[in-house]
Amino acid sequence: MKAIPSSEITPEHLYRSRRRLLKGAVFAAAAATLAACAPGQSTTPLAAQNSSATPIAAQNPTAGTTPGMTPAATAAATTAMATTDELGAPLTSYKAVTTYNNFYEFGQDKESPAMVSKNFVSSPWQVTIGGLVKKPMTVDVDDLRKKYTQEDRIYRLRCVEAWSMVIPWVGFPLAKLLQEVEPTSDAKYVRFQSLMDPKQFPGQEDSYFQWPYVEGLRLDEAMNELAILATGVYGKPLLPQNGAPVRLVVPWKYGFKSIKSIVKIDLVAEMPKSLWMAAGPNEYGFFANVNPEVSHPRWSQATERRIEEGARRATLKFNGYDAKVSALYQGLDLKKWY
Amino acid sequence: MVLGLQLRMTRFQWFIHLASWGPLAVLVWDYFQKNLTVNPIQAVEQRSGLIALSFLLFSLACTPLNTVFGFRPALQVRRALGLYAFFYATLHFLAFFAWDYGANLNFIWLDISDKRYILVGALALLILIVLALTSTRWSMRKLGKRWKILHQWVYPAAGLVVIHYVWSVKADVRLPIAAGGMLALLLLVRLPPLRRWLSQKRAAWGGRIRSIASSNPPAPEIK
Repeated sequence: MKAIPSSEITPEHLYRSRRRLLKGAVFAAAAATLAACAPGQSTTPLAAQNSSATPIAAQNPTAGTTPGMTPAATAAATTAMATTDELGAPLTSYKAVTTYNNFYEFGQDKESPAMVSKNFVSSPWQVTIGGLVKKPMTVDVDDLRKKYTQEDRIYRLRCVEAWSMVIPWVGFPLAKLLQEVEPTSDAKYVRFQSLMDPKQFPGQEDSYFQWPYVEGLRLDEAMNELAILATGVYGKPLLPQNGAPVRLVVPWKYGFKSIKSIVKIDLVAEMPKSLWMAAGPNEYGFFANVNPEVSHPRWSQATERRIEEGARRATLKFNGYDAKVSALYQGLDLKKWY
Repeated sequence: MVLGLQLRMTRFQWFIHLASWGPLAVLVWDYFQKNLTVNPIQAVEQRSGLIALSFLLFSLACTPLNTVFGFRPALQVRRALGLYAFFYATLHFLAFFAWDYGANLNFIWLDISDKRYILVGALALLILIVLALTSTRWSMRKLGKRWKILHQWVYPAAGLVVIHYVWSVKADVRLPIAAGGMLALLLLVRLPPLRRWLSQKRAAWGGRIRSIASSNPPAPEIK
């Protein structure tokens, strides 16, 4: 292997400022073309209901075309719509998002979910919301889609296995649904449950794990504006391997918290025990917040490999959503409550 | 002799050498066919590790194949299999160090300081390096009796590799445990009482086994 002479490596500060220029340009282009491209995205019924396009990306940093930008960068910027997250990182391709999945119900390797799930029936599909609520309900996913404005949300997804993606979800805030069922004052946590159906989920024949998949959030976490129930990705309805027809997305937590193919949501008083907590109580905690400072007991979480990117990158605290979620954890020892 | 290649090799040795390059060929093929998911780095890391562990187990199976089953040719490929294990372990290390981490020592240090499984893996690789370097006939002559003691370090190395594997998986440790079980079995049949007992059994079964083993008497222990 030929080593690159150090003289040819861009100094970090130059590299970073280049990234900033590029980012600024991309956002400028994004802002300019947002109105134009929105109708273009509306070709699918899901995205047709988009009212607030990419609320996160809309918070643009200062933008402007900058002298010194390479022609390639300019070209990239002018064709770019909302193709980056708010930190300027490009979206992971649709192909990667739909072929590289952790979904043990369909098999433990990454490619099984896309292959095994071809005949998965995700419609009709009902979700039951109950437990400690005043107005329990059972609702069809199609009605959920109609009832709540579907928004585009570009979120980073950080897997506990130290790889990550940037994914444009379509969905609605979990808070809206929870407000509607009116949790009682005893409700402290939200417990989510996936479909239990070993015929469709062959992985559930494997009794190594305690099926069905269960996940949980503290009520205030669930009410956070970032927490969404996603029904689509890339402007299209979710494919089975991504958790069709409806899944949780909590981007400041490790990917396994974002439970897929939800059939049941219960408001409860006690902290629910998730499937991963049952599988490895010392390794997978209830909170599972992305945190480079708190290692998994057997491996570090300091860095990650962004899919389709060459070099590793440093992992950000709360996956970069620090400003929006750190208030939830004030006074909480994150090392203890991993 | 690179990888134990000698000018005069038996057919069996040729076969083992050719077969040992197979996993690499398949890996390279899969890489260029884009069969390694969208995260090929991780796929290469995991697969090369599994291949290296397999070769380590193969090389450790040679001695019992001779002592228990009287399959003498196994001894002729033991060193080569050990060197292939080292070869794939090196590949595994390079995938981690150079490809995954881009030789970024900062990142590696950040991660290594609490990735226990990397530390035990690195330790195992260090042992394998020493064993590979001293695998020549010249070293055997030079080190004399000490050579045998030195090369018994392959046992702890294999144990470390299994621990490395167990610690690196997310939750389902069944495969790593199975590998550990195989290693335990290969080490158990080396225990003198058990080995003697098995040899006697084999002598009692005599004819049948001998026909399988093409009437080779077990070679004297040369390690």
